Amino acid sequence: MTEEQMIAAAPEGCGECLPPNPVEGFLRSERMPHIWCPGCGIGTTVNCFARALLQAKLDLNKVAVVSGIGCTGRVAGYVNLDSFHTTHGRAIPFATGMKLANPELTVVVYSGDGDLISIGGNHFIHAARRNVDVKIICINNFTYGMTGGQLAPTTPVTAISSTTPYGCYEQPFNLPNLAESAGAVYVARWTTYHVRQLTHSIGEALRKKGFSFIEIVSQCPTLYERRNKIGDGLDMMEYFKESSVVKHGAPTREVGIGFQGPIVVGKFVDIERPTFLDLMDKQMTRTLDAHYTGSVVEQNVRG
Amino acid sequence: MLEEPASEAQVPHVQTVVKKVRGTIHVTQNRCKGCGFCIAFCPPKVLHFSDEFNSHGYRFPQLKNQNGCTGCDLCGLYCPDFAIYGVMQKQGKKQ
Repeated sequence: MTEEQMIAAAPEGCGECLPPNPVEGFLRSERMPHIWCPGCGIGTTVNCFARALLQAKLDLNKVAVVSGIGCTGRVAGYVNLDSFHTTHGRAIPFATGMKLANPELTVVVYSGDGDLISIGGNHFIHAARRNVDVKIICINNFTYGMTGGQLAPTTPVTAISSTTPYGCYEQPFNLPNLAESAGAVYVARWTTYHVRQLTHSIGEALRKKGFSFIEIVSQCPTLYERRNKIGDGLDMMEYFKESSVVKHGAPTREVGIGFQGPIVVGKFVDIERPTFLDLMDKQMTRTLDAHYTGSVVEQNVRG
Repeated sequence: MLEEPASEAQVPHVQTVVKKVRGTIHVTQNRCKGCGFCIAFCPPKVLHFSDEFNSHGYRFPQLKNQNGCTGCDLCGLYCPDFAIYGVMQKQGKKQ
């Protein structure tokens, strides 16, 4: 944006009569302040998501947010959109159903690593395999935050959690690699420090057709960082700032995260592949020909 | 503010009006949880913690002085509690 455009876009304001917070209309203000701990990164990601949604100029009546259980699952309750707070791990099946019943919707699944990858792991890989047109925003804070800091499938080796007090010795999931191998068409990873890049990336995912996956590495000051003696939220943000390496198009096999090791961020995958709905229409038309009555929406339009 | 037009003698031969973008912040004090992200990552480093506390007992961010803020809204983007945002203000400055 040039300086002239910035001036044109700048709202008129004086000290006393400032315009309202740009994301205020996007939030359920009566529920603020939210339950997330001081220094938690989830609020930052919601801020980026709200701004990406506003910049994308989408009709907010046709955007739905689906969340599972956990700290990140609370997002569905705080956004002023059509939102679902679903059962544990089942956010993606709900989202798939919504997208197939009403393909006009932009469906965003906003949930945590424990919900999406652990208990919802099967739904995740199969939605990616089918290339269902949903956008997945996965907040990875390396632990189960809401239930007390237990070992998650993303906890790095040697990190301490409440169920591994002598250190974790399990190999964690490399989420971008998992998403790419299962068939996602858009895979990116950012941290809560990279707010501008994250906003841009969410905007790209909203425009992309197909299964888009964005992993956001976030901090959990209350459980993960306190147990591992890393410090508070700001210390983790400083670590993200110093240890992040931006590598667009990096092979996802090499982007695993070690305990307090370097974090490779960027856009790793951006390909085109026919979606579930396209393939269904094509196959059904080929088989049934004139007998095929079209997808649910077309039937509704015809009455 | 209305200004009287300058007489011809006062107008220099080359007159350029450079618009300086300057801004300010707005803080919803009772939403702040004192994480300090806005203060740590403010590009011109114009924020600091206040001496007062909000109703939850946290110190909230304040501008050190009115001139430094550029209104880039990076504090608004970082804030996990939707408590702060920056706005640009239009200003014309003659050189």
